[in-house]
Amino acid sequence: MNPAVLIASVYVFALAAFLGYQVISRVPPLLHTPLMSATNAISGISLIGSLVLAGARGYPLFAHILGFVAVTTATINVVGGFGITDRMLRMFGSRKTAAKPSGTEAAK
Amino acid sequence: MTLSTYFMEATYLIASILFVFALKGMSHPESARRGMFLAEGGMLAAIIGTLIGTHIVTWTWIIAGLSIGSIIGAWMAIWVPMTAMPQRTALSHAFGALAAALVGVGEFAVKAGEMPGVTRGALGFEVMLGALTTTGSLIAAGKLQGVIQGKPVQFKGQNVVNLLVFLAMATCFVIFLAHPEASAIFYTLLTLAFIFGVMLVIPIGSADMPVVMSLLNSYAGLAAAATGFVLGNNVLIIAGTLDGFSGFILSVLMCKAMNRSITNVLFGGFGAVIAEASVSVGGVMREINLDDAAMQLAFASRVIFVPGYGLATAQAQHAVRELAELLENRGVTVKYAIHPVAGRMPGHMNVLLAEANVPYSSLYEMEQINPEFPTTDVAVVIGANDVVNPDARDNPKSLIAGMPILEVDRARSVIVLKRGQGRGFSGLENPLFFKPCTSMLYGDAKSTLTHLAQAVQHV
Repeated sequence: MNPAVLIASVYVFALAAFLGYQVISRVPPLLHTPLMSATNAISGISLIGSLVLAGARGYPLFAHILGFVAVTTATINVVGGFGITDRMLRMFGSRKTAAKPSGTEAAK
Repeated sequence: MTLSTYFMEATYLIASILFVFALKGMSHPESARRGMFLAEGGMLAAIIGTLIGTHIVTWTWIIAGLSIGSIIGAWMAIWVPMTAMPQRTALSHAFGALAAALVGVGEFAVKAGEMPGVTRGALGFEVMLGALTTTGSLIAAGKLQGVIQGKPVQFKGQNVVNLLVFLAMATCFVIFLAHPEASAIFYTLLTLAFIFGVMLVIPIGSADMPVVMSLLNSYAGLAAAATGFVLGNNVLIIAGTLDGFSGFILSVLMCKAMNRSITNVLFGGFGAVIAEASVSVGGVMREINLDDAAMQLAFASRVIFVPGYGLATAQAQHAVRELAELLENRGVTVKYAIHPVAGRMPGHMNVLLAEANVPYSSLYEMEQINPEFPTTDVAVVIGANDVVNPDARDNPKSLIAGMPILEVDRARSVIVLKRGQGRGFSGLENPLFFKPCTSMLYGDAKSTLTHLAQAVQHV
């Protein structure tokens, strides 16, 4: 990594940190669990580093195997993370009107 | 740069933007789901871009990894019950961090000699954070699942041992910076980080898990960001940093909600100290029977339910919603009071109640609901203990002094649903149980609530 690239990367890091702070401090406590599983799924982006290791030119078999394990765990993270976040958010979408009828039935 | 490389970089830029939009959508439950679709699209674009833009020569490992990972991931997404959400989240922190650590090891094995100093520094961080988060999260998941005992595991001189492991790790890191070709040092660093992860989480009690989960979330993100520095990949830096900061903000919020510092959580060994220090308050706990409790609820005009971790262990979220609906049909105003650290991870109670179809408009945060307790007829505490302990407010000598609580003791009457007469997992005496306005209803929360609902119907 040459100095210019490093400096650019530090800029990206600093701006992302600032942006993250701004965006995430607006998330209500109600959604903290989905937030955690969503950011976790998003950080599964390390999958793209694993893909390179698992199959790109110039890497030995040893690296391919490490990459294979990394691809597997990162994919679990991405698929499982997004899947379960969506499952949770679907529940938060359910409105009061949707919940009411079952209650009146139970009351009879 | 070839055309395919430009295409790859474009997908990375798009993915980064979509990730930010996705998190912005999280600011409201109505927009959150749409936001996640954006993030999923961004992820897919970045994966396709990578497969096209890099010179992939072996597809076997990639296809195998993607398929196995998708099957396990989908299985987890569909079958894991909401009550097991903290364990699952801890496990996925471990998976994410392990991927980052393995990419680091791979990069080291292939390119160690030609890496400049700065990149090696990032690589060191990536491997350290990745490895310690992996084992730390596994221990956390084990504790949450009950495979490892939830009580803090402590021994004499623990902090000294931890410090020594940490110093050894830091020394290896510095030596690695100076001698990139010394692979023995690199692998020692990796091993020490794995050990340090275990040492870090094993002394922490279950009650402190919300902080630990948030911290591990943060570390997993920072490990991914460090990977971005090693590979010179901006989308990794951005996504990792967003995750890292999200975890960091959550840990600060959780610590505030317990009035403790992060160092105190990590090195204090909370539960163990209390068991020795707490003194008995004395007084009698008044028991109430089901029918009287049902009568009290049925003729109340305002009721607040206060759920805690006991609600999750008893899987009583549906039972409480059914009781609440019966009461609402009788004209009772029902609200839920959610303490930020109730449960085992941030937002744990909200998710459980949402699963049971409780509308989010009846879930209230601590600051909103506390002024309402004095005008509340009955506050029903379900498997919560420390978060309603008035000692935190009144007794400056208490070990949880200063922790913000839900002030249920200001309600006209309080019904506490509790499994047995023993102290909670923290071992701390709770004066709320001895107050004249409080009555205790013993038994499993789920069956108690179901019976209460039946009794309310017959009132």
